[in-house]
Amino acid sequence: MNMMTENWIDIGALDDIPRQGARLVKTARGCVAVFRAADDHVFALDDRCPHKGGPLSEGIVHGHSVTCPLHSWVFDMNTGVAQGADVGQVGTYAARVDQGRVLLSTAVLDRSAA
Amino acid sequence: MKQNLVVIGAGMASGRMLENLLDAAPDAFNVTLFNGEPRGNYNRLMLSPVLSGEKTYAEIITHDDAWYAERGVNCRFGEHVTKIDRERKVVVGKNGEVPYDKLVIATGSAPFIIPVAGKELPGVVTYRDLEDTNAMIDVSIKPGANAVVIGGGLLGLEAAAGMQMRGAKVTVIHIAGHLMERQLDPAAGYLLQKALQDRGITIHCKGATKAILGKDRVEAVLLEDGTVYPADLVCMAVGIRPEIRIATDAHLEVGRGVVVNDQMQTSDPDIFALGECVEHNKQVFGLVAPLYDQAKVLAATLRAEPAAFRPVQTATKLKVTGCDLFSAGDFAEGPGREDIVLRDPARGQYKRLIIEGDKLIGAVMYGDTADGSWFFGLIKDGTDITDMRETLIFGPSFAGGAKADPMAAVAALPPEAEICGCNGVCKGKIVDAVLGGANTLDLVRAQTKASASCGTCTGLVEQVMAVTLGGDFVANANPPMCKCTDHTHEDVRRLIKAKGLKSIPAVMQELGWKTVGGCASCRPALNYYLLADWPLDYTDDRQSRFVNERNHGNIQKDGTYSVVPRMWGGVTTPAELRAIADAADKYAVPMVKVTGGQRIDLLGVKKEDLPAIWSDLNDAGMVSGHAYSKGLRTVKTCVGSEFCRFGTQDSTGLGIKLEKLLWGSWTPAKVKLAVSGCPRNCAEATCKDIGIVCVDSGYEISVAGAAGMDVKETEFLCKVATEAEVEEVVAAFVQLYRENSRYLHRIYKWVAKVGLEWCKEQIADLENRRALYDRFMLSQSVYQVDPWAELAADARKWAPMADLTLEAAE
Ligand code: SRM
Ligand SMILES: Cc1cc2nc3c(=O)[nH]c(=O)nc-3n(C[C@H](O)[C@H](O)[C@H](O)COP(=O)(O)OP(=O)(O)OC[C@H]3O[C@@H](n4cnc5c(N)ncnc54)[C@H](O)[C@@H]3O)c2cc1C
Ligand code: SF4
Ligand code: FES
Repeated sequence: MNMMTENWIDIGALDDIPRQGARLVKTARGCVAVFRAADDHVFALDDRCPHKGGPLSEGIVHGHSVTCPLHSWVFDMNTGVAQGADVGQVGTYAARVDQGRVLLSTAVLDRSAA
Repeated sequence: MKQNLVVIGAGMASGRMLENLLDAAPDAFNVTLFNGEPRGNYNRLMLSPVLSGEKTYAEIITHDDAWYAERGVNCRFGEHVTKIDRERKVVVGKNGEVPYDKLVIATGSAPFIIPVAGKELPGVVTYRDLEDTNAMIDVSIKPGANAVVIGGGLLGLEAAAGMQMRGAKVTVIHIAGHLMERQLDPAAGYLLQKALQDRGITIHCKGATKAILGKDRVEAVLLEDGTVYPADLVCMAVGIRPEIRIATDAHLEVGRGVVVNDQMQTSDPDIFALGECVEHNKQVFGLVAPLYDQAKVLAATLRAEPAAFRPVQTATKLKVTGCDLFSAGDFAEGPGREDIVLRDPARGQYKRLIIEGDKLIGAVMYGDTADGSWFFGLIKDGTDITDMRETLIFGPSFAGGAKADPMAAVAALPPEAEICGCNGVCKGKIVDAVLGGANTLDLVRAQTKASASCGTCTGLVEQVMAVTLGGDFVANANPPMCKCTDHTHEDVRRLIKAKGLKSIPAVMQELGWKTVGGCASCRPALNYYLLADWPLDYTDDRQSRFVNERNHGNIQKDGTYSVVPRMWGGVTTPAELRAIADAADKYAVPMVKVTGGQRIDLLGVKKEDLPAIWSDLNDAGMVSGHAYSKGLRTVKTCVGSEFCRFGTQDSTGLGIKLEKLLWGSWTPAKVKLAVSGCPRNCAEATCKDIGIVCVDSGYEISVAGAAGMDVKETEFLCKVATEAEVEEVVAAFVQLYRENSRYLHRIYKWVAKVGLEWCKEQIADLENRRALYDRFMLSQSVYQVDPWAELAADARKWAPMADLTLEAAE
């Protein structure tokens, strides 16, 4: 993805998301979980675990990974790929912080239903 | 003909630029230099040693009067430029206009002032220039002076350390969870905090300033959490923003800073800018190294020579004598990035390297920073580190030295550290026994009593033996807590107490965690151990909790939640039932179910409705039933002597009393009780964690039952005569469990490990029982709060942060 040609939507202040936590963003095609890691990096992932649909936004965030609250699959938030023995991937969207605001790629609007 | 060059701001950046320019082309320009400060260029970085008394102002002047005179610079110090008139090409100062051919804006940045009440009071300063420094010195040298620094970043900490060295009692208030969070990760932040606290500075993290108090002058600082710190001086060091006002007024292109191109040229071809006031490729600057590069480029540009500014990596060091830390590059985790962590708890050292592909891209270090510049070099040069990867973290001088030692935490314990809590045996005693010939666990047990009671410290005793005996000792291998550490749960619990560790980063550092931020398995356990051991000092970390406890409801398979109000002892009223029915209607609850725990479950509530439904139930006098927690669940009762023809005691009333005593407490795993009015046992008390069966002569208390994955009958603990004694015994037993069990072990599993006999002894000793009870009540004074009431107040956080359903895709 080319950062320069990406279009961004301001979804709120970084401080509205707790460190090592997440908040949801509603879209016409379901919810996207926006995570804030301990180092203030932000990540946007579909809020549906590929296993049985668990809300990833409610998982425990450790490093740049999140553990699904329902059956503990672990996902790398950079790529959305399940770690270890589990096989699966969730959709990810470009997200970044600019002057304390969280910006989400407009790609979330036209993502194909997960 | 000489051109007129006007420079606004005589700071670090323009100073270096003038040196470069006037050395190479002494006669090209007539230079006029404005400065808001009533002096010329000095080394701003060195204000910190001036504050601490390690240097004088005279020693940090870089350009004195003679320097300017020799180069014919027309100095207008103490004079602010108020306007740039681009049409007439003049700048306007208080004492008149000066025409320019070329203009340089080098106004630096302005400290950010947080908008709280009292911010204008005399005694509130920032930390930017000599005036600020002198104001801090003047207050600090007064006997008994109190100073508060708001902001625990680089500047705030240098201010704090300086004032402390001058004699003031200093408190630092920092909004984030650890100090210098932009440069340091939590582990290094923890070590820094410890070092500053050791020298007497008070550090208050997660502290938000509410107001600065005082009548004619500052007197104190009030925080959102109600804490008040007395203050004769308040230093605000919460950040800086580029000083761009005159550029904005002149309609130059500005973003966060004055926008410049690679030649340091602004949107007006005759106006240039450099230093902290500029923005280059969306980046602004706060350290001096890139500014010196800008100075070189601008000096060349003014001489009409080609040059282009390329920002370089910067490294941070804190200029506080005795605090050695270093951070450089990018230390975030990322795809394809790998961490190498080395923690030496004994020496208080921490090193972390971040590697991407075959390159080092970041480094954070505390304690031993001698190799910092070597690592920084590898980062800047993008050196291929494949060949040295294995030993990289040991630095350039590595010559086959030792690897990190998993025993380091135990080796570092002082002789007086307590290893066996039951028998009060300290490390020194065990070492003495081992040196005296006790070379097996049994011998050590026999001679010192260490690990001879509940046995949870066995692992640690073995490690002390191993450290003392060296390679001759093979310990019984117990599985470690998780992949992040080599320690078992039991060892971690003991070491938290023995070393007085009071935060998750502290545990991870001092016990040599092998990962950066733990995992979903160790973080909830550590959070529990810390809050159980230090109820007054530790703040619960919500983000280290499993979803059910974080959101105070059991998550359902479709992501909705269940809501279970407490029904004390299984007793309810028509009014409560009505309120529950109303709530079920109002929030369209898909299922209302009577639980196996004698209360009502509202299943399938949407997350965003939780605060509202809680608040409705709160209004009817109900609180959370903690049906989701590792904590007290239910106390089942039967009707007892009040109604039943066989009842011997008021089992219902006692059950309610016990539930009111225990609710809200956090425990290693869930805790369920029941009270039956007679041995017919209609409340099924003999398969609970704690069960009470009433008899004519009093109350039989039994423990360690289960009826879940394992079914197990309770075992008799003791018999008492009064309800008051039941309460004391039960609370004391729960506290014993809270203090000793590993996380996620139900009472029956824990008792199987430590032995019922040991538990009986602990409870039979009346003094010990009372002390356990008192500790339980102390914890309840903090934790017996209704989470519904607390969380419903902040309803906004439960809804999505943005709704894009109506935004159209491109
Ligand atoms: C609601 C309830 C079933 C019911 O409709 O009656 C229930 C529901 C759940 N139980 Fe239970 N248990 C309920 C009474 C029991 C009982 C009976 C009792 O308490 O008298 C037992 C056996 C007694 C015991 O605990 O020893 C029981 C033994 C378990 C176990 C096995 C625990 C064990 O250590 O063996 C689990 C699994 C666990 O905790 O890991 C469990 C876990 C669960 C969870 C939390 C599963 C989960 O993790 O999501 C269920 C949540 C459903 C939900 O979404 O709300 N539930 N569960 C009961 C709530 C009681 C209450 O008012 O709080
Ligand atoms: C206490 C302290 C410690 C520091 N320690 C370090 C460190 O260890 N390492 C590091 O890399 N950096 C450090 N810094 C940051 C470093 O000092 C700055 O990056 C650097 O000074 C910025 O240079 P500058 O020329 O852009 O601005 P400045 O040095 O701030 O100079 C700007 C000057 O412009 C003047 N001015 C502003 N507006 C006007 C106007 N309208 N008219 C006339 N004059 C005006 C101001 O009075 C000021 O004198 C520290 C800063 C402070 C305050
Ligand atoms: S027995 Fe308990 S855990 Fe199992 S399905 Fe029923 S409620 Fe859920
Ligand atoms: S739904 Fe996520 S692990 Fe099962």
